[in-house]
Amino acid sequence: MDESKRGFLKIAGCSVLGVLGAAGMRTATDVGPGGKAVESSTTLNGKKWGMVVDSQRCLEKEGCTACIEACHRIHNVPSIADPKEEVKWVWKEPFEHSFPTQAHQYTKASLNEKPVLVFCNHCENPPCVRVCPTQATWKREEDGIVMMDQHRCIGCRYCMVACPYGSRSFNWQDPRNALQGGINPEYPTRTKGVVEKCNFCAERLAKGQEPACVEACRKSAGAGALLFGDLEDPESEVSKLLSERYSIQRKPGLGTKPQVYYLV
Amino acid sequence: MYDGRKILLGLVIFLIAVTFPFWFSWVNDKSGFVPEPKLPEGEENCVESAEYMKALHMDLLNQWRNAVVRDGRRVYVSSSGNRYEISLTGTCLGCHSNKAEFCDQCHDYVGANPFCWDCHIDTSASRGEGK
Repeated sequence: MDESKRGFLKIAGCSVLGVLGAAGMRTATDVGPGGKAVESSTTLNGKKWGMVVDSQRCLEKEGCTACIEACHRIHNVPSIADPKEEVKWVWKEPFEHSFPTQAHQYTKASLNEKPVLVFCNHCENPPCVRVCPTQATWKREEDGIVMMDQHRCIGCRYCMVACPYGSRSFNWQDPRNALQGGINPEYPTRTKGVVEKCNFCAERLAKGQEPACVEACRKSAGAGALLFGDLEDPESEVSKLLSERYSIQRKPGLGTKPQVYYLV
Repeated sequence: MYDGRKILLGLVIFLIAVTFPFWFSWVNDKSGFVPEPKLPEGEENCVESAEYMKALHMDLLNQWRNAVVRDGRRVYVSSSGNRYEISLTGTCLGCHSNKAEFCDQCHDYVGANPFCWDCHIDTSASRGEGK
């Protein structure tokens, strides 16, 4: 170029004006500080939430699905018949599958087929959290709940591979098409391509309510097989039960330290 | 000029094509269209001032999302000191009850396509209003 110096100065001048202009635009969007988010005063606080399943009591009411129905209705969990695409937060698994280390070749045949209520164990050492590449699933330090952030989930399904309990489901299809019972507007649905699981009803605990399955079980006549509470609190119902009666965990040898206990 | 006629014709066609958006909207009497989001009747204040919401509602919603999901903080204390439950479907749509007449007005205009409603429930759609 002939006028390289002159041209350079022109461009430099325009750039300075542009930067100043942009700075001026920025101050135009300065509209005050906004507010801040705080914890709700109704929140139930626990240091380590845990669940106790009284398996004997649960079995007494054969065919009862009150807890499953309540959970799936409240959380908009779709009912999909195809086992390859099904989504579940709480379900029944035969004894020999839920407790493979307890069942042996001479276990009563009838016991092997008995259904055991299973959900996410909210492990103290959760393998799903370790493998999640986006921290879409993480363990809440304050109360031990293994949470799921659907906004961050990229659907890679590492967590499903890592979870030894099969507690996680992937949305292979739009779940809204499989919500025959209608949608509960109080809780979001999920979208195709994300993983979901039981969240110990974190949204209900924040309102001071117990988990939906526990409430449904308590209300259904003659039950009360599900108990929820703070395991760190020695006065809680769950702590007392665990100290008084014999209980087992699912696959304890894996070192995940499940926080769901089964009274036998 | 070689092939002057062809070049001029080409230029005219080019100009017509390039200015298509302008004369098309002019012919259809849509020039100067400004989206008009319908504000809820009987409500004076949003959680923050109108200027704040216009400029930063998307930031506020991100802040709300992280507060609830990641930190378990579910109450918003606004700059004026009022307390609101943090909920897109409950609090936002509680007043702005028709998404099609409010959110979609500007979002469609600027071609913004937020995926909030893939999961969060649009109660106006389930009531059969809007789209």
